[in-house]
Amino acid sequence: MAQRARRRILPGFGLSLGLSWFYLGLLVLLPLSGLFLKTFTLTWEHFWETVASPRAVAAYQLTFGASLVAALANAVFGLLVAWVLVRYRFPGKSLVDALVDLPFALPTAVAGLTLTSLYARNGWFGQYLEAAGIQVAYSWLGIVVALTFIGLPFVVRTVQPVLEDIDADVEEAAATLGATPWQTFAKVIFPSILPALLSGFTLALARAIGEYGSVVFISGNMPMRTEIVPLLIVTKLEQYDYAGATAIAVVMLTASFALLLAINLLQRWTQRRFEVRPG
Amino acid sequence: MHVSSLLLQKRTHAAAGPAVLRWLLIGMALLFLGIFLVVPLVAVFIHAFQKGAGAYLTSLAHPDTWAAIRLTLTAALIAVPLNLAFGLAASWLIARFRFRGRDLLITLIDLPFSVSPVIAGLIFVLLFGRQGWLGPWLAEHDLHVIFAVPGIVLATLFVTFPFVAREVLPVMQAQGSDEEEAALTLGAGGWYTFMRVTLPKVKWGVLYGVILCNARAMGEFGAVSVVSGHVRGVTTTLPLHAEILYNEYDFVGAFATASLLTVLAVITLIVKKYVEWRAHTP
Repeated sequence: MAQRARRRILPGFGLSLGLSWFYLGLLVLLPLSGLFLKTFTLTWEHFWETVASPRAVAAYQLTFGASLVAALANAVFGLLVAWVLVRYRFPGKSLVDALVDLPFALPTAVAGLTLTSLYARNGWFGQYLEAAGIQVAYSWLGIVVALTFIGLPFVVRTVQPVLEDIDADVEEAAATLGATPWQTFAKVIFPSILPALLSGFTLALARAIGEYGSVVFISGNMPMRTEIVPLLIVTKLEQYDYAGATAIAVVMLTASFALLLAINLLQRWTQRRFEVRPG
Repeated sequence: MHVSSLLLQKRTHAAAGPAVLRWLLIGMALLFLGIFLVVPLVAVFIHAFQKGAGAYLTSLAHPDTWAAIRLTLTAALIAVPLNLAFGLAASWLIARFRFRGRDLLITLIDLPFSVSPVIAGLIFVLLFGRQGWLGPWLAEHDLHVIFAVPGIVLATLFVTFPFVAREVLPVMQAQGSDEEEAALTLGAGGWYTFMRVTLPKVKWGVLYGVILCNARAMGEFGAVSVVSGHVRGVTTTLPLHAEILYNEYDFVGAFATASLLTVLAVITLIVKKYVEWRAHTP
């Protein structure tokens, strides 16, 4: 009711409503619907042939597989970094905290260039890894390294605030009742940060699936082996196969939207969980 | 709020477990960040200067590099103000009014984040490309969008679309509208109230959104790569220029260009940290 009264007092409703929807429609909705309209110009056989071709299937497997591994690595290390940043004091902590956002600020192409140079056969890391029989650049592992870099801040930044908000009372109560530090972590802390962890994991995963700039440099781009889905789309575009590029883009976009939906549901779950708690 | 959080830190510190475990965890976290963040960051500059400062400067002084810098700045100078205007309008709308389609609008604002950059480029190729919906009409009027500057600007606008709205909206929501209502009651006009009351209240959120938007606008690769056509010195932004040099085995040139973008990233991080610090100490 208060909202209704406010609506009459505050100006700019019509202007901001019109501007927001007009801009969103023109720049985002119209071009995106063009993509879906384009798929309708394809026959079902042609669509299926493109989307289910062995090369495309290999690209899906690689993209989703590598993204999953990278997002898992980010969940583990992101939780570790968030924990260390919230719970401990050490010299240079605020510098480290600022540095966590580097993958958001650094252009993906730069990340791709520098990671490739590090993990290539004669690179700083590559020469030792190569001697140990591990090939990173131009292989599946290189893609995972690039995607881990790109997704690094997501888990840290979703878990960090939740970890900061956990009441010390709860932990002390657990300790008083005889829980070991590990039990306190596993049974008290972990369940409360799990929604945020899942949310960060999903964000990192969604980002990794669409990632292009950092991966094209380090992957070597061999069809069937190290060709990710976004690259396959670019390749088809370069051959002027617009229909083929669109078909694969639609498959990918549908997968991304499913993930977006999952993110929203997870966030709602997280909010509900924490709204119940008093204070 | 402040005192209690300080208290919390002290108390959890005591319950943080044995010192060995503490330093082990800190060590592991720093090792991970060192390998994944610090070494790549340092490597950019070492590779850029591996043939000395002369080679570095020569490479930066090349006309194609300057053309790339100009195009990158142009794209950012168009994309950032437009997305800023949208971000402010959308934040005002969502934070201050309840209306039908509000939840949908909130969801749609984030949409460009869940679209692969390559697909962001593709949708504009499908609209404006030679075989696209508007292709024949554009060709008739001798207008070029794809493989030209307008396409690059459009792709940049799309990928940087959510940033300002995303950062300003929570700030505006948190602050409420009591001051605005007071100003309006005292006879201030709507526009005057927005500029003099609302904007100063959310300025740190705005600045935060703008620097993130700018970093992405200048650094975007995938979307711009699809619509650019890679015409050297004409449709290459800095990231694309670095890619071309790298593919021509001009590593010093590629890393020299990359070093400019890395400096931009470091400046972004510094400003971001400053804004966060200012926002928390009014």
